[in-house]
Amino acid sequence: MSVTAMEQAHPSVPKARRHGAREAAIAALAVSPAVILLAGLLFGPALAVVLFSLTDWQLGGASFNFIGLANFQALFADALFWKALGNTALYVVLVVPGTVLLGLLVALLIEASPGLRGFYRAVHFLPVMSTMSAMAIVWGTMLHPTIGLVNRLLGVFGIAGLNWLRDEHTALLALALIGIWQGFGFAMVLFVSGLKAVPQQLYDAAAVDGCDGPFARLRLVTLPMLGPVTMFVVILTASRAFEVFDSVRVLTQGGPNYASEVLLTRLYAESFDYLRTGYGAALTVVYLAIVVALTLTQARFLERRVHYA
Amino acid sequence: MATITLDGIRKHYGETEILKGVSLDIRDGEFLTLVGPSGCGKSTLLRILAGLEEQDAGDVSIDGRSVNGTRPKERDIAMVFQSYALYPHLCVFDNIALPLRTRRLSFAQRLPLLGPLVPGRRVIEAGIRAEVEQAAAMLDVTHLLARKPGQLSGGQRQRVALGRAMVRHPAVFLMDEPLSNLDAKLRVQMRAEITALHRRLGVTFVYVTHDQSEAMTMSDRVAVMMHGELLQVAPPEELYRDPQDLRVAEMIGSPKINVLPAAYWHGQGLPLPHCVPASATHVAFRPEASRLGPPADGQLLGTVANIENLGSDLFLHVVLRDGPVQPAVVRLSPEAPRFAIGDAVSLWLDAGRLLAFDGAGRRSATYEQVAA
Amino acid sequence: MSPLSRLLGPILRHALLVLTGAFALLPFIWMISLSLKPPEEIFQPDFQLWPTRFAGFENYATAFTAAPMLRFLLNGALVCGLIFALQLLVCVPCAYALAKLRFKGRDTLFACVLIGLLVPPQALAIPHFVLLYVFGLLDTYSALVLPWIISAFGIFLMRQFFRSIPDEVIHAARLDGLGEFEIIWRIMMPMSAPALAAFGIFSVVAHWNDLFWPLIAVRSEDISTPALGILLFRDDEAGQFLGPLMAGAAIIVAPLLIAFLIAQRRFIDGLAASALK
Repeated sequence: MSVTAMEQAHPSVPKARRHGAREAAIAALAVSPAVILLAGLLFGPALAVVLFSLTDWQLGGASFNFIGLANFQALFADALFWKALGNTALYVVLVVPGTVLLGLLVALLIEASPGLRGFYRAVHFLPVMSTMSAMAIVWGTMLHPTIGLVNRLLGVFGIAGLNWLRDEHTALLALALIGIWQGFGFAMVLFVSGLKAVPQQLYDAAAVDGCDGPFARLRLVTLPMLGPVTMFVVILTASRAFEVFDSVRVLTQGGPNYASEVLLTRLYAESFDYLRTGYGAALTVVYLAIVVALTLTQARFLERRVHYA
Repeated sequence: MATITLDGIRKHYGETEILKGVSLDIRDGEFLTLVGPSGCGKSTLLRILAGLEEQDAGDVSIDGRSVNGTRPKERDIAMVFQSYALYPHLCVFDNIALPLRTRRLSFAQRLPLLGPLVPGRRVIEAGIRAEVEQAAAMLDVTHLLARKPGQLSGGQRQRVALGRAMVRHPAVFLMDEPLSNLDAKLRVQMRAEITALHRRLGVTFVYVTHDQSEAMTMSDRVAVMMHGELLQVAPPEELYRDPQDLRVAEMIGSPKINVLPAAYWHGQGLPLPHCVPASATHVAFRPEASRLGPPADGQLLGTVANIENLGSDLFLHVVLRDGPVQPAVVRLSPEAPRFAIGDAVSLWLDAGRLLAFDGAGRRSATYEQVAA
Repeated sequence: MSPLSRLLGPILRHALLVLTGAFALLPFIWMISLSLKPPEEIFQPDFQLWPTRFAGFENYATAFTAAPMLRFLLNGALVCGLIFALQLLVCVPCAYALAKLRFKGRDTLFACVLIGLLVPPQALAIPHFVLLYVFGLLDTYSALVLPWIISAFGIFLMRQFFRSIPDEVIHAARLDGLGEFEIIWRIMMPMSAPALAAFGIFSVVAHWNDLFWPLIAVRSEDISTPALGILLFRDDEAGQFLGPLMAGAAIIVAPLLIAFLIAQRRFIDGLAASALK
């Protein structure tokens, strides 16, 4: 129907309404692929995970039964699950402070003066860009008990090295070191952008007010002004650490003796190695719940705490 | 209480010379304003005076004592910044108290957590509290002491910044465009408050602005800067009446002074006004230094292009025949004979108030002024 | 400041940065060094950075021949390129509608996008796997691409950027007779270059480096992406030799690192912008 025909057919419809209808039609066309895919690939599957978690379905199996919360009961009774959860938490607790403090230190040093700024930034950012599975293999050789660089370096100082990745006490520690290695450059970049946003006039005011030593400036101006960025870096680092998988999968497969088993390796093993779909889905639901809860509480905290309003 | 002497201050960033040897004496207790277009070097000069930047050459002395190379905190100055530069994580009280605390508390007493336990701190803190409250009362921000800067309006932040500056009774107050982030109405109000504060404290104020009306209304003396040089330093009234440089004449006063090239008279077949020396290349006159009349022989002729009626004053824009595109602005009182847009008029200049400038833009004395 | 501290400050700064820089770089240096060495030198008790007998050519040749390294890289480029192209096709119109058009359900849709941001992709692995299994698409390129063509993050990022473009631009384009989709592709897209670059870098880096999903969706070497390919190579016979294995690792990480070194600012700004959403 042409516009004039429409006008004749509905002479009483105000022009703005018709314009609105046209806009709505275009909008519908524009959003429909995204809406369909959001439903089909994101929300549908998310719902499916919850449904799977209530069944005893095994992938490839012809039939399944709804078994209520039995999967969850089994999960919470599973020592391995608790072990993986504990390891993940420990990993996060190790990686977050290391990444944040190292990133902050490097950012402060880089921004302290312009010399070689771009060079240092690029050098520290390289690990962020590198493919973890490949670099984990490299780390594996560096942590090798006899030919590895780490033990060779320790040997220079007369310290006897360990078999880091094969030792129950050090496997997770070594993985955390790799996590820090990959993440601190990113934290650095975020801190640098935070530092650039600190107004020079605040440093000037501090100098006039009598604070002109590097540490006094740091305490009075820099660190408080970095508050929001710091909070953000902590959250980001924590959620990334929570999703650790690649390095564990490549280097330890969760071992030795489950000392480095984390949530995602557990999830992978149950769902895709043993094909226990229902059980894997239950694990996924718990994982999802933790991630969402963490993100939401942290976002809350972020809003309340760091906006100096 | 302090005099300030700047002697031959030079500064450049890379190739650009920001300050080309500026010398200036500021008297004790004076309100001196540095005014000039952005990029003229006025803020740099103030920052050098504060010790936030170091000059490449020249001397700064405060109260006869050279302060070259000393740090800002050793100069007994306070500064108010354009963005106020309040510490966003500290409440108003702590912002104002900060300069006192950094000076009076020892390192140990300032430590977080442990500081309050160090002996002597409580007595000092009580003193600080009294002084902060006094300053706050003076600026009418007592009810805001517990708030964070983010919760304040622009005008309130401005007052807190003033409070932080005055609380430790510095010998010199430096202000860098402190009103430019405020809206027009508040700006006028704060002008009056700052001048009142100056009268009350009686210390030396050095104030930087690009707004000539701020300079004119607030200052004891105004230093006009351009391209890293001082053009003229004088009280506002003298600057207006007796500018020594064409650029000063053009910068000071609103509406702007009218400037005509001397060649214009020749082009019109008219002699230069008799008082203007032959060496002059430009003749300038204020809107109030001219009158309008019906077209007459031997006078400058033009057409009324626009009329601004401000109630108390009438400003008529007159496009001169074959003259510059920029119309001449003439101030008339509302009681004067009426003109309408499009009227042909002649422009009568008040010979006693003509300003003549030579090719370099410097003032040439007119014969009237020589006679006077 | 005294002359001494003026000198000491920069020295301390450089010393510390060299130290942390070494921590960042050592794995790369180690990787390159080993990739140039013959086996006997790798196992020597004393370590030398540069090999006495240069075995670089052999090692890299082994890496390229024993495993389809080039194939992995091409797969990576193909998969990342396809994912990003499809993401643009789906997300940009939606982002435009969310930013600039009025329609019923807009706020609901945007809320859905925000909720979508919360869902970690690993949580959807099982249903995605089942979906691909049902359609018989497992172990194909489609399996690597399809789950990712909707990006809540992409919609969000582009929507935020589109909102910062003044409405006047769109009104002017409409007055000039451009259709709404022409406006999207011919006006909004070119104006959004920084946001598109950020989105593109984020998307490509994420999928080039991803191991979790390819490990699930793909079995055959032929369609492995780089991150998975290097694992297959390690578990292969030739991968038992460290020299070729390190050469393989170097080949896998090289493309992104080289791209990064060429366009450092873009990468850093892009990834930082993606994080600071």
